[in-house]
Amino acid sequence: MLRTTDRGLYCEAGDFHIDPWAPVARAVVTHAHGDHLTWACESYLVSETGAAVSRERLGVWGAGLESMPYGDTRTINGVRVSFHPAGHILGSAQVRLEYRGEVWVVSGDYKTDPDPTCAPWEPVRCHTFITESTFGLPIYRWPSQQQVFAEINAWWAANAAAGQVSLLCAYALGKAQRLLAGLDPSIGPILTHGAVERMTALYRSGGVALPATRFASDALREKAIGGAMVIAPPSVTGSTWLRRFGDVRTAFASGWMRVRGARRRRGVDAGFTLSDHVDWPQLLAAVDATGAQRVWVTHGFTGPVVQWLTGRGLDARAIATRWEGERDDAAVDAAESDATPEASA
Amino acid sequence: MRQFAALYDAIDASTATSSKVAALVDFLSSAPVADAAWAVAFLVGRRPKRLVKTPDLRAWAGEAAGVPPWLFEECYAQAGDLAETITLLVPESEAHDNEGLAWWVEHRLLPLQSLEPSDQRAMLFETWRTLGGSARFVFNKLLTGAFRVGVSDGLVVRALAQVSGVSAETIAHRLMGQWEPSAEWYTRLVGTETTDADWSRPYPFFLAYPLDAEPSSLGEVGEWQVEWKWDGIRCQLVRRRGRTFLWSRGEELLAGRFPEVESSAEWLPDGTVLDGELLAWRDGKPLPFTELQRRINRKTVGKKLLADVPCALLVYDCLEVNGRDVRAEPMQLRREHAEALVRVLPGGATIGLSPMLDVADWATVRASRSDSRREHAEGLMLKRRSSPYGVGRRAGDWYKWKVNPLTVDAVLVYAQAGHGRRAGLFTDYTFAIRDGEALVPFAKAYSGLTDAEIRQVDKFVRNNTLEKFGPVRTVKPELVFELAFEGIQRSTRHKSGIAVRFPRIARWRQDKPAHEADTLDTVKALLDA
Repeated sequence: MLRTTDRGLYCEAGDFHIDPWAPVARAVVTHAHGDHLTWACESYLVSETGAAVSRERLGVWGAGLESMPYGDTRTINGVRVSFHPAGHILGSAQVRLEYRGEVWVVSGDYKTDPDPTCAPWEPVRCHTFITESTFGLPIYRWPSQQQVFAEINAWWAANAAAGQVSLLCAYALGKAQRLLAGLDPSIGPILTHGAVERMTALYRSGGVALPATRFASDALREKAIGGAMVIAPPSVTGSTWLRRFGDVRTAFASGWMRVRGARRRRGVDAGFTLSDHVDWPQLLAAVDATGAQRVWVTHGFTGPVVQWLTGRGLDARAIATRWEGERDDAAVDAAESDATPEASA
Repeated sequence: MRQFAALYDAIDASTATSSKVAALVDFLSSAPVADAAWAVAFLVGRRPKRLVKTPDLRAWAGEAAGVPPWLFEECYAQAGDLAETITLLVPESEAHDNEGLAWWVEHRLLPLQSLEPSDQRAMLFETWRTLGGSARFVFNKLLTGAFRVGVSDGLVVRALAQVSGVSAETIAHRLMGQWEPSAEWYTRLVGTETTDADWSRPYPFFLAYPLDAEPSSLGEVGEWQVEWKWDGIRCQLVRRRGRTFLWSRGEELLAGRFPEVESSAEWLPDGTVLDGELLAWRDGKPLPFTELQRRINRKTVGKKLLADVPCALLVYDCLEVNGRDVRAEPMQLRREHAEALVRVLPGGATIGLSPMLDVADWATVRASRSDSRREHAEGLMLKRRSSPYGVGRRAGDWYKWKVNPLTVDAVLVYAQAGHGRRAGLFTDYTFAIRDGEALVPFAKAYSGLTDAEIRQVDKFVRNNTLEKFGPVRTVKPELVFELAFEGIQRSTRHKSGIAVRFPRIARWRQDKPAHEADTLDTVKALLDA
């Protein structure tokens, strides 16, 4: 049904690519992060809830974008295609393909933890499941998010009490909004970087309830930043934009923060373990829930995940992506960079 | 344990020295004395001797976590730290401990050493069940002997001084030499009485600052004493009450390892402390450091080794004369004390004076520096003649001016993931030079690249791996780096037939293809240069 090509996963029967990394005629796209949504394809098919963020990301390339609600089916050259929530970010979808009685599911990026800013991951029964493995090692087990949000709010409150501004770095699309949903607005004002604000506005118009935020540059101009929490993409660390806030404590929220070495490498004051990807137990449970006998593993720790699943009697193998070589935060930063024009915003 | 773990977290989370010292003061003034004793010991770098065999530890941690050995290794490669890998993998329980650091060290950590493996396993499983969060991480760090946290000894001393009201110099001196952490010891450490029970103790070492400006910026050449910078072991020779104590800068007592030096020291009067360099020394010249290395790790020295690698102490400073601490006197005067003490030693003594160079101007100093390698020295030491003997590394009075390193362009052939803040990144490299069509591995280097370059090389390694041998990747021999090193010697233990000292990456030669890397012949030519 699917094969790997130098442009990404390709469905021969349907003549379309899924999450291609180079321009193709027809792209079916799981979600709007830079390593899944590439520019300059002739047409795109995305989930309906994800259409607005994809358009924002594509800009002039978005002319050929079509969308379809979760659960609806479209037949492309005889292949039945449907989207199912992936729980990663707003509008993120798993792609289900059915052709001549065989079912494949491409997970894209996903998590099975609840997240108030997007529809929850839904197990879809299939013969072949293509899973990401960004955090596919048993050292990656997420602490409860109630605990993490309590830590974030306590950190913010302590900084505010000391007269410091808190800067929480997170990817502009997805993580930033999930953080917003978990912040306690009674602690102080919440300010957003331009790149974050654009995406946040799209979340709000998509019906996601988020606390009130201000555009950080407006607040700066009015010197209304006392005790504030600033949400910005990681690229702002060390920027002149950041220096304008004065005494700032910095933190980074990401699954990578689970490991101390990665926290130290980031050079931030605090690291919070909060991820929009499956951790090790979630990944294994998800594979189980699909009932798939064949599993293709991509994006991350493909080797260990394949070896583990093979040991459990599954037909597992690793597939290459353009991102194969990179598995640390650098890759995600790079993928984000197209969405985070320099901190002048 | 929770209190100590909280201290660890507070230090770890902060980059400001003031808040680190505040956290230390907070802990030291509230913790039970026995806990404070162990905390100080660990914070200044004391480590328990190996308690558990590492392969056992890995196996038990994997077992407790339900993770097979191959997967444990994958996790270790990513986390880059054994203690952390264990902490992340072994499931946490709800249990909480209420015991202090001393209890954990004395009842759960040190006893491991004398237990049978099956009892070690049982004790560790129980410990992992009982300790949660960072307490468990800290315990595992102590267990693996890798406990380190971002405070210098100086900060610990400062905090102790603040808590006790005893001067920092006195605290620093009391922390030198041999002691066992206990409540009694800690009470003496912070006590205000002046008697110092341990008379074998050396003084804190004064260290030189690297000179990276023109020496002429130091002012008049006449104000400076110029010596060779030797590549040996920095030592203090303490002679008191008819006994000799030879201390390395790592505060290790070298008793019995350099009997020829110790026997010469018997001629020195009581109440003498000399500072100098221990070198493998023959015919008035130092032997390569690799020769000295053969002596360092031997607790007892055989006749043959004594004859093969004779050693000597080259004295350059005097800290105590007739039991009087003379560290506050100017360098010039201390040098005179040293000369007076050493000159009267009988012929054949293996304690000599490190020569002072006769320099009239900075141009002569510069010329001498370029002669360093021929003199088997690493460069020059510049010491202000009026300087007192300080504590620690400080700019202003003592400088080391090393000779420019030798360099070779070599090809990256193997890579391995790093540790600590480089965990999960390929940062530990092996480099090769060309020998005909073949590439011969010749040096390992871990430092010298910027974070951005490390990421680029990491990406290259992942995309160009030819083979994996456990954690080591063989990569396509494509990237060329200029390696710098201090010295080069023939070696029978290395495939290339040469060994280099302190290799590091000077720069990435992105302009050079692998076939233009240096050859074994050009490198061997450096041997005789």
